[in-house]
Amino acid sequence: MFEPLVRYFSSPSNREVLFEQFAQHVYMALVPLVVGVLLALPLGRLAQRVRWLRAPLLGGAGIVYTLPSLAVFVLLPSLIGTGYTSPLNVIIALTLYTAALLVRPVLDALEAVPSHVTTAAEALGYRPRRRFLSVELPLAVPALTSAVRVASVSNISLISVGALIGVGGLGRLFTVGFERPDVVQTVVGIVATVLLALAVDLLLVGLWRLLTPWERAGGAVIGE
Amino acid sequence: MITEILAWLTDPANWSGADGILAQTWLHLLYSVLAVVVAVLVAVPLGLYIGHTGRGSVLVVGFGNAMRALPTLGLVTLLAMMFRGSAALAALVVLAIPAVLSGTYSGVRAVPAHAVDAARGMGMTSGQRLWKVELPNALPLLMGGVRNAMLQVMATTAVAAYVGLGGLGQILISGQQTGAYERMAGAAILIALLAVLTDLALAGFSRLLVPRGVLLAAAKSGTRSRWRR
Repeated sequence: MFEPLVRYFSSPSNREVLFEQFAQHVYMALVPLVVGVLLALPLGRLAQRVRWLRAPLLGGAGIVYTLPSLAVFVLLPSLIGTGYTSPLNVIIALTLYTAALLVRPVLDALEAVPSHVTTAAEALGYRPRRRFLSVELPLAVPALTSAVRVASVSNISLISVGALIGVGGLGRLFTVGFERPDVVQTVVGIVATVLLALAVDLLLVGLWRLLTPWERAGGAVIGE
Repeated sequence: MITEILAWLTDPANWSGADGILAQTWLHLLYSVLAVVVAVLVAVPLGLYIGHTGRGSVLVVGFGNAMRALPTLGLVTLLAMMFRGSAALAALVVLAIPAVLSGTYSGVRAVPAHAVDAARGMGMTSGQRLWKVELPNALPLLMGGVRNAMLQVMATTAVAAYVGLGGLGQILISGQQTGAYERMAGAAILIALLAVLTDLALAGFSRLLVPRGVLLAAAKSGTRSRWRR
């Protein structure tokens, strides 16, 4: 069972391809995650503050989320003028998915911040922007973490689809593996993708612990 | 560019025939619905059992997250290589199960404890509580899970055309292989449209399915039901 694996990894060109596509995959996974979160925060805030914008924002996010990835990858070039096989198509599509997935959780998390906390911040002289950044946002982190984790895992698995339109990433191992055909290469690609998802997930959990030291302080519990 | 895509979409010759838009749309829909129906048959009873008894709930969460990490294209090509092209259908089912399972499970878990206690107090048996109280109350979240599964399957069916399963993805991929962008884009528009319309249809269906009392109770208590993950 291990013999084909050993043979696969003993070839320098296989190792090189795997490493190259893995790096490309990581890049295409992390950029949309960061940009998507940065987009979803103001959008969620907007949905919270501006009542009449809430329904169109959530509805729009719902529709974006409904669109199959392959279709979006193919349509983006004609909408924004990127090259047909540019990694940008995948990166922009995944950014949109991430933002669409997160708007609702951002809104819910912000709504869940108890009003006595925001009032107290106001009484301490916090202006709205500072109150948002240093009181409401940190308190929303725990509720947001699970949504960000879902977005990260599904992004990492979706990137592979890009290989169908000639974009790199671990998906390349699946298309090349299918054409040869080479089961070992495909299995290596699947395992690498799952391991990457797991690693990023662990990273996010670590980040969440770092950002919410009060959760484990054992002191007063904010909220209920 | 847009005019070329429109020209492709409105050319009647592209719509008819065995590889035409109509035939491939039908196939796309057939595969997707079939996969979701099989997933529902497997995952709803399982989710009800786990939610009702509370046994194996750790499994649902862990399994769901792990499944989400599986790359669909990898799964589809692997199954097609190990068996044959149509084995990719199994991949569709496998990918649909976690969404339905977690929707069903969380639906049952979200049923207010006082409702279940009241049913117990009225002398309902375990089975009666499941059928008459837990299942109807779980329907909004359960149907949310089914809608998520359908989205996932619709997208994966498009990808599965790569191994020769057919469907609208077939048109897109053949366009890619011949460098006909208008064909690719036209098929992409159709794939997106079919996914949106199917989701709307399922939303309407779940509105019909969920008992009025459950909706009223949800509206009254102010707890918004979460339709999406």
